[in-house]
Amino acid sequence: MKAKIIVTPKKAVLDPQGKTIRNALEHMGYTGIQAVRMGKYLEIEITGDKETVRQQIDEACHRLLSNPVIEEYHFELE
Amino acid sequence: MNFAVLQFPASNCDQDAMHALRHVLGHSARLLWHKETSLGQADAVIVPGGFSYGDYLRTGAIARFSPIMQAVQSFAAQGGLVLGICNGFQILCEAGLLPGALIRNRSLQFRCEHIYLKTRSRNSPFTSRIPEGKLLRIPIAHGEGCFFADEATLQQLQTNDQILWQYVNAQGELSDRANPNGSLLNIAGICNPRRNVAGLMPHPERACEALLGSDDGRLIFESLMAALQARQPARAA
Repeated sequence: MKAKIIVTPKKAVLDPQGKTIRNALEHMGYTGIQAVRMGKYLEIEITGDKETVRQQIDEACHRLLSNPVIEEYHFELE
Repeated sequence: MNFAVLQFPASNCDQDAMHALRHVLGHSARLLWHKETSLGQADAVIVPGGFSYGDYLRTGAIARFSPIMQAVQSFAAQGGLVLGICNGFQILCEAGLLPGALIRNRSLQFRCEHIYLKTRSRNSPFTSRIPEGKLLRIPIAHGEGCFFADEATLQQLQTNDQILWQYVNAQGELSDRANPNGSLLNIAGICNPRRNVAGLMPHPERACEALLGSDDGRLIFESLMAALQARQPARAA
């Protein structure tokens, strides 16, 4: 199965890339943009029963794929 | 003194650290490849700068799981002295040996220049020999040196006197303009509560000879040497 993982900077963390992208979008004429946060997307191909895979991916997200000091993550299995 | 200087794929300040320790300061130092599992007879460990593992995923994120870092964890747990410089600081934060994290510079620019540091705490093995009030002029070279920690951690850093160095202007004043990367509280370097592990973004190993524009970085290594010398009689007894 495939784990689709999204890692984003926490709200309290400064995200200069998101801010720069927002400015660029505004300069291009897009209106109504409230905020842009830039994160990462990972896909992991993995085999095993769903519950074990869920636990493994959750642990991997916590230990390596995200840094809990500055980032949040969520993932889907399909 | 015997220094262990770690070497990861894409470390690039390892040789600068070796040069400063061996040829300028006259100590014995050896390089340890990241796949080693033991530090051997090391009195102190330097985690040097660079772009370990290409900075993939996050700076320092992969390096912290390398075999040699497990040895560094035990060494630090026993009270051994560990100094992380630039990428080394990022690795120590990722490893949980130091609090907080280093994120992308607020300006999004890679900053490569000399800056001024104020020593906020002289109560550490990394700062004891820095004269009171002396500003250190030391180079930085990083794109991800913005120190971040949550409010509670920042409070702890201040309460425990763990902030060792802050970015200041040439007059020694803390200001936004003197802050090259957006670090909270202008933090350039910190230590752990036990005060045996420290990290900083600036490069003291590149500022050990007047020929290079500044030898202020020597004061940090000389503090380290003094701390190690003070420890030796205790070990012999």
